[in-house]
Amino acid sequence: MMNFSYTRATTVGDAIEAVAGDPHARFIAGGTNLVDLMKYDVERPGRLVDITRLPLKDIEDTAEGGLKIGALVPNSDLAYDTRIERDYPLLASAILAGASAQLRNAATTGGNLLQRTRCYYFYDAGVPCNKREPGSGCPAKTGVNRIHAILGASDSCIATHPSDMCVALAALGATVHVEGPDGARTISFEDFHRLPGDSPEKDNTLAHGEMVTAVELPAPRFGKKHTYLKLRDRLSYAFALVSVAAAVELDGDVVGEARIALGGVAHKPWRVPEAEALLKGKLPSSSAFEEAADRLLKGAAGHGENDFKIELARRAVVRALFQAAAGTPQVQSSKIVN
Amino acid sequence: MSNVHPYVGRAHPRVDGALKVTGRAKYAAEFFADGMVYAAAVPATIAKGRIVSIDLSAAKSAPGVIDILTHENRPELPDSDEPYLNDMVAVPGSPFRALYNDRILYSGQPIALVVADTHENARHAASLVTATYEAETPTVDVAEARHEAYDTFEPRDGIPPPPPPRGDAEATFKGADIKLSESYRVAPEHHNPMELMATTVIWEGDGALTIHTKTQGVNNPKNYICAVLGLDPGKVRVTSPFVGGAFGMVLRPQYDLLVATMTAIKLERSVRLVLTRGQMYTMGWRPDTLQTVALSAKEDGELTSISHHAIQATSQFEDYQEPTVNWSGLIYDCPNVSLKYELAKIDVSTPSDMRAPGAALGVCALEIAMDELSYRLGMDPLELRLKNYAEKDQNDDKPFSSKELKAAYAQGAEQFGWKDRDSRPRSMRDGKELIGQGMATGCWEAMMQPHGGRATLSAEGKLEVACGTADIGTGTYTILAQIGADALGLDIDDVTARVGDTSLPMAPPEGGSWGAASAGNAVRVACTALKEELLKAARGLHDSPLANASLEHVSFANGKISLVSDDEKFVTFGDAVRGSGSADVTAEAMFEPDEDFAGKYASYTHSAVFAEVRVDEQLGVVRVTRIVSAIAAGKILNLATARSQILGGVVMGIGMALHEETMWDKALGRVVNANLGEYHMPAHADVQNIDVIFVEEDDKANPLGVKGLGEIGIVGAAAAIANAVFHATGKRVRDLPITIDKLL
Ligand SMILES: Cc1cc2nc3c(=O)[nH]c(=O)nc-3n(C[C@H](O)[C@H](O)[C@H](O)COP(=O)(O)OP(=O)(O)OC[C@H]3O[C@@H](n4cnc5c(N)ncnc54)[C@H](O)[C@@H]3O)c2cc1C
Ligand code: SF4
Repeated sequence: MMNFSYTRATTVGDAIEAVAGDPHARFIAGGTNLVDLMKYDVERPGRLVDITRLPLKDIEDTAEGGLKIGALVPNSDLAYDTRIERDYPLLASAILAGASAQLRNAATTGGNLLQRTRCYYFYDAGVPCNKREPGSGCPAKTGVNRIHAILGASDSCIATHPSDMCVALAALGATVHVEGPDGARTISFEDFHRLPGDSPEKDNTLAHGEMVTAVELPAPRFGKKHTYLKLRDRLSYAFALVSVAAAVELDGDVVGEARIALGGVAHKPWRVPEAEALLKGKLPSSSAFEEAADRLLKGAAGHGENDFKIELARRAVVRALFQAAAGTPQVQSSKIVN
Repeated sequence: MSNVHPYVGRAHPRVDGALKVTGRAKYAAEFFADGMVYAAAVPATIAKGRIVSIDLSAAKSAPGVIDILTHENRPELPDSDEPYLNDMVAVPGSPFRALYNDRILYSGQPIALVVADTHENARHAASLVTATYEAETPTVDVAEARHEAYDTFEPRDGIPPPPPPRGDAEATFKGADIKLSESYRVAPEHHNPMELMATTVIWEGDGALTIHTKTQGVNNPKNYICAVLGLDPGKVRVTSPFVGGAFGMVLRPQYDLLVATMTAIKLERSVRLVLTRGQMYTMGWRPDTLQTVALSAKEDGELTSISHHAIQATSQFEDYQEPTVNWSGLIYDCPNVSLKYELAKIDVSTPSDMRAPGAALGVCALEIAMDELSYRLGMDPLELRLKNYAEKDQNDDKPFSSKELKAAYAQGAEQFGWKDRDSRPRSMRDGKELIGQGMATGCWEAMMQPHGGRATLSAEGKLEVACGTADIGTGTYTILAQIGADALGLDIDDVTARVGDTSLPMAPPEGGSWGAASAGNAVRVACTALKEELLKAARGLHDSPLANASLEHVSFANGKISLVSDDEKFVTFGDAVRGSGSADVTAEAMFEPDEDFAGKYASYTHSAVFAEVRVDEQLGVVRVTRIVSAIAAGKILNLATARSQILGGVVMGIGMALHEETMWDKALGRVVNANLGEYHMPAHADVQNIDVIFVEEDDKANPLGVKGLGEIGIVGAAAAIANAVFHATGKRVRDLPITIDKLL
């Protein structure tokens, strides 16, 4: 933990200016991740710019029939918003699968997108880590890696993005609104987080000083035919070993459109449009779902302790697709996997 | 009004409950004194080697920094082991000395202590300390050290080495038709008490110190610190009135005590040191243990041989030991038994006792092996246990002081509905889940220690009972108040219990489940002595109606000492106290366990644990839906606090079976999941129905009939769950925790 200065921003512009002009400054929202990282000496900001008083707490209807969620809407409020519960139950379910009630009360929509990996080595300032200190090495590759990536990893980093909420946002095809010193822009969800490549220090495509102002959801689809299935090392309050956000639209008896996103397996929520396309026109069945799962997991590779995730993910995708197609989504309060 | 005697045996709410939930109960890190300074420890980042240099320049110029201690500039410390061995729970070897020299013995070892004007400044400056090391390759996995395992160690005080072999287990096993030999491993664990390690040293001036430290017994840190720093015991007082969980972690003094006290003396100021959650994983742990159990039996299930071999991790500098294999010669009747216990050194801190040390691991392996044997035999697992029921302690060739394990089996099985179980694996299912039911036996030693107690009655009729033990959350305050209230016939609201202070009568550290029996009996004998004193004072009153009475002629109730034969003849407590000539009457007494009895009888607590799990057949998700833990542990002093002891033990058993694991990176020699987010203890969702049954058991080892409850709840719980997982899935997992990957 180190000493830092603290200011509270009153406008979005001020906040951006304060952070953009100082490489050691950081936005702080709920603080549930950033403060932890500071206690571990992983993040050592000289200055914190508190954005929690900014007017980004509303959930507004959009002209396209969707919703625009302010970056400061707390995770709990979002999950229990009546429009979200009614029209985007997949998102509500994914949020409620994560963390604990206390954390969800404090955590914000923007902060959730920007939370950092839970890789053990990343959290330990006493050891090397390419994400924390570029070029220092990646002990996870040959170390304790049961929670690490099986897809999209690189030689320099095998970390995963830990969010549950983001997996649902990826499946729903959300858009991220950001504002920075050079103005505002939108980023499609799949382009928001990135794969580690040879610059694992970058989790996403935001520039320093850019702020997430909102997350936009397209018009609702899928009705009850969705699920968020999270598998973890205890029944609550643990990050996903593997999670699946799935949604299908049936066209008569066959699948019209399907969405599948995986969490806990890569540096970003993992979607493969070809895998989703494979389901089009198929009757919901084990063979169809297994085929899609295999395509989704094509190229998956373990690093020893996490080899099991490949088979676990395959089975989880199949189960999730059955849950979604049947319109019997996983209930987050009951731990029985239906 | 709660004045309904006896209090003992009832479910009386915690007398310290309100203090705790309102934040008025003070813990070690909550004491304060003017001018206090704050310390933060800097941990080593390598696991083995030596410090080449420590760079303090950035830290020294950080705001608020007052001093930084390292091995190079610390005050003098003794250079022989002897003073450091003034630790009643020490183990053979050379105790760890913080900030002593440049040697790094384990990762996380403190290399510097930063002292600043605030906690935050100390933490900040500590983060600026860097060191260079000459690192050697560490070994932190006991499996990699097993070829260097040895049994040539000096036995640890109070820990019986395995009994000599009886019969010929090896030859019997060789010739047997029905047998199995399997290896088991339970992941290393840490205690993870909620309260962090902390020591607050109050500089009272003139060399006098009051030390508030997290401990399971104030006398141990006091003796240790006085010996190591050469302090006058008359000038040192140690307190620990409340402890936020311990589980064995603070039986021994930890480094926070030494470095904080050394700093206070150097600076002549009050000092507070609180360790971080991460630093809690750099001390005391349940050792990584490799076990092999071999069993053979006749067709009717009669055991013909038991062999149990354990290789247990210890540090490079001490031979930590626990009774891991001995249980296998005790729990079942068997003529041929061979037990072997070895240690292997790795580059970690010394393990420490953790709830049911030895038994939690050893009985787990034995009870999974027994389950495996039951399937080989095609015999009900409970039947197999009954078939081999031990009527006496064969390790020591003694009868049991009491053993109601049969009743525990019967009542547990009845409550659980064991007879409705389909014995075939994978035979029970509900939707996508397979249902499994398993059981196991648990066992723990019933121990007692010599223990002092004091009882004081004021003229207003208020009783204080006191002794230097600790209440680590188990309910000690409450049972002592209950015992005191019963002894003097008082309303419990008129009784105060005090513990956790070296100014109180001598007590050993609270551990091994001996607390209730030892402290409880100490308070009982002190109350008896107090009654003698009161009666003496009453007899001495002018025209005393009790003139010739002795204790057996009188009763103490309703604030009066009355003649049993004529309750119109009485002296009030107030008159008796006033008659004594002092403001109150006080008596101290020592409780001495009955050595003769202990020589003749073996005393143990027992449990029968039944578990039901549901396992998603495809995904391997395990839910422990039901546990019944039937306990035979002598007299239960307080049904409420006793039940919560067992619940806590069972929950820890769930953790051992399914979740808990301290993970070391083998190359770095470092714990990687050193926080409560990634070290998984059961969450609420993992804990469903737990039924606790206390079986009636009449024990004569001490007048209260108490055996103790702190450990027995965990013993057998993990095995019952592992056995249930096998019954559900047909898959035998022999390395716990049983995580999802092991069931795919
Ligand atoms: C013990 C524990 C368990 C958890 N379990 C789960 C889980 O199971 N599943 C899960 O999904 N999550 C889990 N979480 C993570 C939790 O969801 C995140 O910590 C939370 O969503 C972060 O939000 P915040 O507002 O607190 O972010 P902060 O901690 O305030 O910020 C996080 C990062 O985002 C940046 N930031 C914040 N807001 C903005 C913005 N608007 N624009 C640009 N940058 C911004 C900050 O600078 C910082 O770098 C867990 C956390 C903890 C501590
Ligand atoms: S996986 Fe990534 S985050 Fe983890 S140690 Fe390697 S580089 Fe660091």
